[in-house]
Amino acid sequence: METVWKKEPLIHPRKKLTDVDRDICAPMESRPSWRWYACLAVAVSCALVGAACVGYQLHTGFGVWGISYPVGWAVDITNFVFWIGIGHAGTLISAILHLFRQRWRTSINRSAEAMTIFAVMTAGIFPLIHTGRPWYDFWLLPYPNERGLWVNFRSPLLWDVFAVSTYFTISLVFWYLGLVPDLATVRDRAKTKIKKFIYGFLALGWNGSERGWKHYELAHLILAGISTPLVLSVHSIVSFDFAVSLLPGWHTTIFPPYFVAGAIFSGFAMVVTLLVIVRKVFGLEDYITLQHMDNMNKIILVTGMMVGYAYGMEMFTAWYSGNEFERFTFMNRALGPYAWAYWIMVSCNVLVPQIFWSKKLRRSIPVMFVASLFVNVGMWFERFTIIVTSLHRDYLPSSWGMYKPSFVEVGVTIGSFGFFFMWFLLFCRGLPTIAMSEVKSTMHTFLKPFGKKKVKVVETGEEYVF
Amino acid sequence: MSSKQGVVGIFADPHELIDGAVAARRAGHQNLDAFTPYPIHGIDKVLGIKKSWISVVTLLFGLLGCFGGLGFQIWTSAVAWPVNVGGKPMLSIPAFIPITFESTILLGGVMTFIGVLSFCGLPKWKGRIVDPRVSADAFALWVPVRESQQISHVEKLMKENGAYEVRVVT
Repeated sequence: METVWKKEPLIHPRKKLTDVDRDICAPMESRPSWRWYACLAVAVSCALVGAACVGYQLHTGFGVWGISYPVGWAVDITNFVFWIGIGHAGTLISAILHLFRQRWRTSINRSAEAMTIFAVMTAGIFPLIHTGRPWYDFWLLPYPNERGLWVNFRSPLLWDVFAVSTYFTISLVFWYLGLVPDLATVRDRAKTKIKKFIYGFLALGWNGSERGWKHYELAHLILAGISTPLVLSVHSIVSFDFAVSLLPGWHTTIFPPYFVAGAIFSGFAMVVTLLVIVRKVFGLEDYITLQHMDNMNKIILVTGMMVGYAYGMEMFTAWYSGNEFERFTFMNRALGPYAWAYWIMVSCNVLVPQIFWSKKLRRSIPVMFVASLFVNVGMWFERFTIIVTSLHRDYLPSSWGMYKPSFVEVGVTIGSFGFFFMWFLLFCRGLPTIAMSEVKSTMHTFLKPFGKKKVKVVETGEEYVF
Repeated sequence: MSSKQGVVGIFADPHELIDGAVAARRAGHQNLDAFTPYPIHGIDKVLGIKKSWISVVTLLFGLLGCFGGLGFQIWTSAVAWPVNVGGKPMLSIPAFIPITFESTILLGGVMTFIGVLSFCGLPKWKGRIVDPRVSADAFALWVPVRESQQISHVEKLMKENGAYEVRVVT
């Protein structure tokens, strides 16, 4: 077989199968560095600030938040949509790229899926505290109660409950299924009794039998197949929270695809942010290569332009609708008192990713790190802009108002980042950050006939075909 | 791994593993299994592993989730306690579709996971593993042997195909 165009190897070509185990398990088998402890301390401190703010809010009452009439949804729901969006890249990498047979995803899918789970956990906090009385949150679920009442299944907010909880459950199951063979590897490498017990318990007794692999692979494919429409549905349903209302600025049909593109965009930016750090700190540059980062930056560029198109289309539709309230909302967005948020959003989400047209910049670690932070900021402000600017000036000028977050909302936002990074840091130490069994399957050694003998030829990163 | 007696051959390369499996099958051995660090595509045919029925589990439970979810929403909203919400019809099917979809995925996905565990006989914490190296870089072939006379033959066959270690399990 002739190679038509030579691809860069997915991982460093001189790695052996055992090197993969050794390198990827290294963070779990050595003592953490002071850097890791420092990062964890910062993350836990931020999470505690958030927890304190939530506690204060629960004790004192909802009034400690900055929300009031007319802005009843603000930073809290912004955070919810932001974190759910962050999660989408993980599912995209593990499910959609799996269906497209993109082998490069094998090095990054584990950490991206972990990110999904932690992001959805973080996102889940917000609607739960936004109910004001979180001890009644179980009312969101349809359960038989003495009042004989059921939930309102016609409400998009209830759809959200089902979409987010399904998304969390399926992501967790998908992630855990992928982890089982790797946990078996960690179990078999474990030196201490405690480690053997913990990882042996988690690995469920996986023995690498070919019969097991057959079920495993099909189940993996099925879960990828059903996660793909699921991930599209989740952010579509999140966008229904807005689009099903009748508010100018929210009531638009472009919302579902616009939200999904934005979610993937912000999620990939977060993956880049995290992986730039992870590959450096844990020395995984040979596995998460510049090629991976390059590919992800390309996706950021594409989805960034989709989001940019949506911004333009929203403006056009507002003008073309001829509806003066619709027109006013969008003029107010771009030129009103929250114009700064709108222009932060446009410059971070549309202009910044344009640098990725250049291959050199796509492969520059400092450039992509800074750009991914900009995209995260921009996407946070996108949700802020959509929510707050649509609410603060409605039909009656006499009821217009402004919104300013209180310290509690700022604290909870900081806390959410701390909570997310705390989980991610713990994951990096406790579980294999790269799907070892999947990476190994891409670094196959081939036997090629050479005269009368067969010689081993290493072709890294190619699809293995027997 | 079953408790029956047999021979385990450990190979360094999946191609040799396949050669070994083909040779064992040609020699008339049945119920072979291989233990590998990652799935070896194509070896299932050599080993005689039948297709996985996990997709049927997903389909059945997906359908159950779909109709169960839709039926539950119809029952609660239009039968058990119909509440007029903003003048919307009691039987507002389009509004029930998102949750119907989610319940389809939820039940189908979770049961796929439970199905794969039960099909693989997991969790099985007490079970033995062939060799700790099969989760790292070794490719093990398991050939169950009924009659003790055949053992040496199988051993020879594995060595011929490149096994670097052959063990007899009784």
